[in-house]
This record gives sequence, C-alpha cells and structure tokens, in this order.
Amino acid sequence: MKGNKLTGFIQKFYVYIVLFIMYAPILVLVAFSFTDTKVIGTWNGFSLRLYSSLFKNRDIMEATLNTFIVAFSSAFVSTALGTLGAVGIFYSGKRAKALLEGMGQIPILNAEIVTALSLTILFVFFGVRFNFITLLIGHVVLTIPFVVLSVRPKLMQMDPNIYEAAMDLGATPNKALMRVVLPEVIPGVVSGFILSVTLSLDDYIITAFTRDTAYQTLSTYVYGITSKRGTLPPSLRALTTIITLLALVVLLIANLRGKKAESRRPRR
Amino acid sequence: MRKSNLRFQRKFLAIPYAVFMALFVVAPMALIIGYAVTNGSGVPSLENLTIFFSDRNNVDTLTVSLLIGLGNTALCLLIGYPVAMLLAKKELGFTMATVLLFVMPMWINFVLRTAATRDLIYWMGLKGGEHPYAATMVGMVYNYLPFTILPLYTTMIKMDKSLVEASYDLGARPAQTFVRTVIPMTMPGIVSAAMMVFMPTMSSYVISDVMGERKISLIGNSIQLYFDQGLWHMGSLVALIMLVIILVGSFFTRNVETEDDARGGLW
Repeated sequence: MKGNKLTGFIQKFYVYIVLFIMYAPILVLVAFSFTDTKVIGTWNGFSLRLYSSLFKNRDIMEATLNTFIVAFSSAFVSTALGTLGAVGIFYSGKRAKALLEGMGQIPILNAEIVTALSLTILFVFFGVRFNFITLLIGHVVLTIPFVVLSVRPKLMQMDPNIYEAAMDLGATPNKALMRVVLPEVIPGVVSGFILSVTLSLDDYIITAFTRDTAYQTLSTYVYGITSKRGTLPPSLRALTTIITLLALVVLLIANLRGKKAESRRPRR
Repeated sequence: MRKSNLRFQRKFLAIPYAVFMALFVVAPMALIIGYAVTNGSGVPSLENLTIFFSDRNNVDTLTVSLLIGLGNTALCLLIGYPVAMLLAKKELGFTMATVLLFVMPMWINFVLRTAATRDLIYWMGLKGGEHPYAATMVGMVYNYLPFTILPLYTTMIKMDKSLVEASYDLGARPAQTFVRTVIPMTMPGIVSAAMMVFMPTMSSYVISDVMGERKISLIGNSIQLYFDQGLWHMGSLVALIMLVIILVGSFFTRNVETEDDARGGLW
C-alpha cells in the first residue's frame, strides 16, 4: 500500500466530518426533542412532553399518515407499471425502445416544477378536479422512470435463453414470465420500489401542485406552517426523531440482509 | 422461434406504461408548449415572451437563479467529489451502509430538513432574513450534496484503477494524474451530478423561501406565482424557458455518456 496511516486517517475524517455536518440539523432536532422549549438552543430539562403532544396533534398525525399512504400507493403503482414497462421495452424493437426510453427521460431531466405545472395544466385543461388520484398520478410520474432504470440492468444481466427454454419445456408465456423472468429481475423491482418510496416521501412540489388543497402531507403541512411563523413547531422535533430512528432500523436490516446475501452467493 | 405467436408478445407488456407516459408525461409537455406560445384567447403569439422579458424583475430572477444554480453545482462538486472518491477507495474500507447514510436524510422530507437547517443556522447566528444568499446556499448544498455524491460514487467504483497506476508508472505527478486521468474517467458522473443539481436548484423555490425568508425570488417562485394566479400561459412560458435551458445543457454534454443508472442502481 502506498499512502501512510496519517493520510488514511485524514481521508476517513473528511468523509465523517461531511456526514456529521449533513446530519447536524437532524441531530439537533433529535437532541431538543427531549426538552419542551419552544425553540432549539434552550434546554428546559428532560421531558417527553413533545412526544405526547405529537400524538395528540391531529393535523400532524393525519399529514404523516397521508404522506405514507401516498408514498406506498404511488410506489406500488409505479413498480407494477414500471416493471412491466421495463420488461416490455427490453423486448421491443429498436424504434419503440428509443421512443419509450426517451419518454422516461423527460421527468428525470425536467425540473420538478415543470413536471408539476404540466400535470396541473393537463388536469385544468380537461376539467379534472384535484383529488387523491391526481396526486397519485403526480407521484407515479415522479417515480416511474426510476423503477424502469432499476429493473433494466437486471434484464440485461439475464440469460436471454431462459424464457425460450421455459416455453420449450411447456410453460405458457404467462407462466414463463412469472416463474422465470420475474425472479431474475426481482432485486431490481425491490430497489425500484424502495427508491419510489424514498422519492415520494421527500417530495413537496409535485404534491403542492397536484393535491386537493384540503389534503395535507407532511411537506405541505410543514411548508404552510413555517412560512407563517418561521421556526418549526416543537412537536415536529419528536416526529423527526421517530422517522430518523425508523430509517436507521431499515438501514440496519438492509445492511444485515445484504451481508447475508453476500455470503450466500455462490462463487462463479 | 415463436415469433408467429400473435396472441401474446412480451413487448405488449409495455403498453400500460406507454399509455401512462403518453397521457401524463408527453401530453402535459405538449400542453405547456402550446400554452407558452399562445395568448389568453388561444391565438399563437409571442406576447408572453415580451411580457416576461420586459419586466426587469423577471430578468433579475432569471439571472439570480442561474447564478445560484451554478454556485450550488460548483460547491456540491467541490465538496462531494472527494467524498465520493474516498467512499469508492477500497483501502479505506467504507461499506455500502456509509454510502446509504448519505441518502437516508431523504426519508425525512426535504421541507422538514430545510426548516431544521434554518433553525440550526439561526441558532448559530446566521439569520436568513439578514443574509438571504448565504443562508440559501447553505440550504441548497445540504439538499443537493447526496445527489452529487451518488452518481460520482457509481462512476468511481466502476473506474479502471490500473489506468491511474499506469499514469504513475509513466511518470505523471499526482496532480497531473488527477487532471489528465481521473477527471476524464469520472466525467460521466460529473455531468450526471451537475444535471441533477443545476436545474433543480434553479427551480427549488422552497429552499430559498425557507432559508432566505422570502428575500430571494427564484425562477421557481415565478412559476408558483403564476400557478397561484391561474396564469397558465405565463407559467407555461417560464416552464418552456427552463426546458430550453435543459436542452442547451444536454446539447453541451451530448458527447459524454452520462450515469443513467446512478439513482436507479443505488438500492
């Protein structure tokens, strides 16, 4: 090995310091979720009052629930449509492939606000009332290209003969797809789903443009309230702590399972 | 071969996807373009364009957006490039979990994260109302750094390290190797990262609103304002301007094979 121990240390330190700065706002919220002061920076003794007021706050609870409903239902639709789409695109001719892949690039390249405005105009143009379905469509548009992008590499890695082989052995096309092609692409499908949930949870602009204005998600609720009074309402500190913990648990599980899969994978 | 099987072909599976995309991606874009080049009574005209550019405020907004977009892209690359390089360096022993840690904040909605960042720097003495540009830049870098690191990381783990060694063997100094070998090899990641940061930065009015306490107006604000007032033709025009900027950007980077799967292949 070239570099000495000191450079190795400095390099690691750089990564961790960037990570630390990135997490600083979240860590501060977590720390100050255990005291009941109005703003961060002042400590009023340990207390779990913010947690009890969080669960009593109907608006926040409803917005949180809505956020997860939108994230999971849109991820479900995106994953189904996107996976079928990726498989279909993979077996399409050159021209159709280029066309369909080109369409998928539009929402990725576009600024989110352009996508949001274009959908709004579509709905207004056809006199559609904004409701849960329009919001769902917005989130599917946002996430579906990434499902296709997640599934595509798995199709390219697949042995092209297995589908034909299954049919030669008497499987119907349906069965061959479900029992042979689908298992091959399932890791891509799962990552597409997780990515969809992630993008949807993080979204504000598409939500703000395509929702029924009475329907609040966490992002619209927080935007509405911070633009009125500036600082975050204290009980959101408790909520952030809970979401962070949840995310950490998921990350840990994913990491452990990843390691298991790694050790199980046969050598080729 | 079973090509004669007309009842079912695998490519038909893409039909629902194609219909969805045609309805909700292509048609809306066509409408935007249509609205942008017509006036209120539906007659084709460049009225919107002249109205938009005759207002000094709009020109200022566009300039400020471009500058903030460029500044944020540069800052994110400057901070994120070394991070990605170090994460991809085998000797340091970083795992995928560390990489995912950089993405995990996305599970906490970005409006909430941005408000948290605002509260933190306010506590530290940087008040958004007094220093709107500084505060906005902080918020932007916080939000877009993960999008910079990921595509860069994806390119770097694929990079052929033997070329770097070859460069050393042929007598290049570290700086030379970096500029002449590493940067060109990671160009796809750099371009993808820049595209993922630049456009969204220009339009993300939420971050500038929360961090800069509404002292800065970005091009996203203009769209949002027209949207609130129901001025679809003007809003569409601004959206079209953004489209043109994207097209210009893709034109300049057309020769670089970008990191398409950077976000898709992450999980």
